[in-house]
Amino acid sequence: MSAELADLVATAIKLGVTLAILINVVPVMLWVERRGGALIQDRPGPNRLGPLGIFQALADALKFMFKEDVTPSAVDRPLYLMAPALGLLPALTTFSVVPFGPDVTFRGHVYQMVVAPAQTGVLLFLAIASLGVYSLVMAGYASNNKYSLLGSIRASSQLISYELALTLAVVAVVIPVSSFQLADVVDYQRHHGWNVLPQIVGFLIFLVAAFAETNRLPFDLPEAESELVAGFHTEYSAMRFATFFMAEYISMTSLSALGATLYFGGWTLPWVHVEGFAGVAVGLAVLFGKVACFMAFFVWVRWTFPRFRYDQLMRLGWKVLLPLAIFNLILVAALTLAGVL
Amino acid sequence: MEMAVFAVFALLAVGSSLVVIAHRSPIYSTLSLVVTLFSVAVLFVLLGAPFIATLQLLIYAGAILVLFLFVIMLLNVGRDEGIPGGHRLQLATAILGALVFTGMLGLLLRSALGGGPPAPLTEQAVSLSRLAQELFAEYLLPFEIVGLLLLVAVIGATVIARRATEEELAVAPSGPLADPTARGGGPEAPEPVGAGAGAPRPGYAAWSSEADRAAGGARPASVPGGRA
Amino acid sequence: MSAGPAVPILWYLALAAALFAIGTIGALTRRNGISIFLSIELMLNAANLALIAYSRQLDQRTGQILVFFVLAVAAAEAAVGLALFIAVYRQRRTIDINRINLMRH
Repeated sequence: MSAELADLVATAIKLGVTLAILINVVPVMLWVERRGGALIQDRPGPNRLGPLGIFQALADALKFMFKEDVTPSAVDRPLYLMAPALGLLPALTTFSVVPFGPDVTFRGHVYQMVVAPAQTGVLLFLAIASLGVYSLVMAGYASNNKYSLLGSIRASSQLISYELALTLAVVAVVIPVSSFQLADVVDYQRHHGWNVLPQIVGFLIFLVAAFAETNRLPFDLPEAESELVAGFHTEYSAMRFATFFMAEYISMTSLSALGATLYFGGWTLPWVHVEGFAGVAVGLAVLFGKVACFMAFFVWVRWTFPRFRYDQLMRLGWKVLLPLAIFNLILVAALTLAGVL
Repeated sequence: MEMAVFAVFALLAVGSSLVVIAHRSPIYSTLSLVVTLFSVAVLFVLLGAPFIATLQLLIYAGAILVLFLFVIMLLNVGRDEGIPGGHRLQLATAILGALVFTGMLGLLLRSALGGGPPAPLTEQAVSLSRLAQELFAEYLLPFEIVGLLLLVAVIGATVIARRATEEELAVAPSGPLADPTARGGGPEAPEPVGAGAGAPRPGYAAWSSEADRAAGGARPASVPGGRA
Repeated sequence: MSAGPAVPILWYLALAAALFAIGTIGALTRRNGISIFLSIELMLNAANLALIAYSRQLDQRTGQILVFFVLAVAAAEAAVGLALFIAVYRQRRTIDINRINLMRH
């Protein structure tokens, strides 16, 4: 088998594994969200379907599939139909730069456990994530509806504002590592300890920006249920609405994976060193364990805090997070030059 | 393999750029430009410039064009009916465009492009650290000047696009900063809930124009880019 | 990547020329200020493609660095240009270039 063919097959396998995991996150998150929220709010939550309501997601999926797909007559058809699918693409693609295991040597060939070992690793993640704005904008505009348009304008301005703070926090992590590739970031943390401690400020900025980037409470004004009907996805029903839903959860997962890799060591644990295919399995388990912690935190915050008002949100993004992120960047650069980091 | 990728994305780039210049709705033009930029970014990767490709996606497609979309929706820019002058003028510009293209192609063919295909891309040629070293060593001065330029642009844009404050309007009610589109005294369109003070009025307010009120609500024709 | 025939640099340059010509046609035949601006961005992009193609051919990084600066300048230009459009719209309620032509009166 030639080298390129082997590479192609390996990439296909990696892609299959990661996609399978990502798509299956959605029903799990549905359950976690509803039972977790119920736990926090001291109520039972879904408990009719199966023990502890674990088949609720299945019932939801069936409902979405059989629900009538209403397409309003005055919408801008091509954009209206494209928007949900376009939201799913960046969410799924960004995960491809996250490493999930040690390098594997198979038949004399070394395979990296990243779907796309691009040289511009994290930057590519941020670039593709920033393309997710278009789905929101298209959905709101095409819906021919004041509330949708308002929701989409809010959503896109929120996204691009917090993108800056997110990018600066990420760049601050990259500076001591001297490489954009996430595999190198993980390697660095293996030798220097997890990044969260020396860069706690950067981590907090990343966390807040991640909440804003995924439109999660307390930053979910674009889809605020009590304010704008349903914001930019008001006019969407059934499977299209489900697609937006899926896109949100999957982008949450990707960002959590990025956060875990940048600040918490990614697929490694300090005392664990397993090689080969078993190492990949362990790496996957560790990475998604950390992702699960992040997601639980997302759910916890959602059911705890009230919502930010739009002007408070913009003020926080521009007047608080951005200066903090710049300060963090300068600090990390100075420490790296001084040889401390 | 490289040929196949080039063919696909070159055709995509040309096709979407034709949509950019031909489509009547500015929203569709902007979205087609996103597709063009994406294809060109892929071509950058083929040419051994992955960093520039990522920057193009991040900055151009991810920020600048979103800004375009914002302004289009803010100003409620309608369909572009094209310059008056009919088919003769369009034919003239098409011929001019073809002339520009053939002229450039001729110049390119005659330019000394060296011998044959370039050397295959090595790891070192594509390396980011070499690029960074060159950028910060030889080109440090332009780098800093561009930073200054961006600062000036931010300040300039903020000043140009802002609304007059109360004191400035009191001094010069019809001066350059006055906003004749702002309705004072009469029934105002309600400000969106929670909008920051002084934020520009969103374009959707134009939907509640007189014609729409007379017709009993917004009609599809009044939607920017909607079917007339 | 497998060895297929490498794409001659001339084809990239021809594509850049085509995009530039298309952008020129767009800038000349549109009535909307924003559409003209979009065509100009298209022309900028064509120039970027040509720069990168030459950078590859001559095996130097100067082209890529130039494109880096062009990207920054394009961002600055877009910001200021769109701010100007907003200001003009406030005064004239239109961005139709045939109607914001003060020099004609």
